[in-house]
Amino acid sequence: MDPKQQGRGKRPDMFINILSIVLMAFGLLFFLGAVVGIVRFPDFYTRMHAAGKGDTLSTMLITGAVALQVLHHFDWSHWTSLFVVVKIMAIGVLIMLTGPTSTHALMQAGFDDGIEPVTQKSGIRDLDGSSGGGDLSATEEERVSGNEDQHGSDIP
Amino acid sequence: MMETFFICAGVALLLMMVPVFYRIIVGPTAIDRIVAVNVIGTKTAVLLIIIGVIFDDVAMFVDFALAYALLNFIGSLAAARYFNKTRPGYGSETAGEGKTS
Repeated sequence: MDPKQQGRGKRPDMFINILSIVLMAFGLLFFLGAVVGIVRFPDFYTRMHAAGKGDTLSTMLITGAVALQVLHHFDWSHWTSLFVVVKIMAIGVLIMLTGPTSTHALMQAGFDDGIEPVTQKSGIRDLDGSSGGGDLSATEEERVSGNEDQHGSDIP
Repeated sequence: MMETFFICAGVALLLMMVPVFYRIIVGPTAIDRIVAVNVIGTKTAVLLIIIGVIFDDVAMFVDFALAYALLNFIGSLAAARYFNKTRPGYGSETAGEGKTS
């Protein structure tokens, strides 16, 4: 590397690294939120909410961080690595498009299956109760089974 | 320094996938499990890119990640359609199985 480029590259070097670190940290933070939501929420629809949003946003942030990092090591003697950056961005855009689509499709499938959302009547015990997951699954059992009876009359 | 950071980020991503497996195992309905598998598939694509950065061979790993993201989307859509179509038999049976385990 010639000295001109070295002198020029010092500050942007640090800046791009810090930007990449910040993007990656936010991506991991949002994924942590998604994971906590998936594990802790009482209901299929609320879990779906956490999974869809947190997962999509964190994927986009992390791919942005990696694309910045690859772009940072770019030089014109290996100019084909531009395609790699484009492909990484393509993964981000692809997941931006497909994440909400698959979330919507799965939500529709769940709704057609007759999974009941948690309501005041069915869910107030879960939301208030001091007990953990075991209680949740028990009430969910009641909800699903009560729901089947209702559907028995619905289906022609 | 950045390599260490990417290794730490990959390990953190991997560790955060572990609680999602809890939802795959106990999820009361099958669609809960599909959602969790979808999340894990998306994050696996991301993890493949991070692995590519760590091994300094992103050009190869990014293709894997792209294919994986596409297949994951198609797979989750297919599963959603399947469980939608086969509803009358499915809805009661699988929910019951999930609860007893």
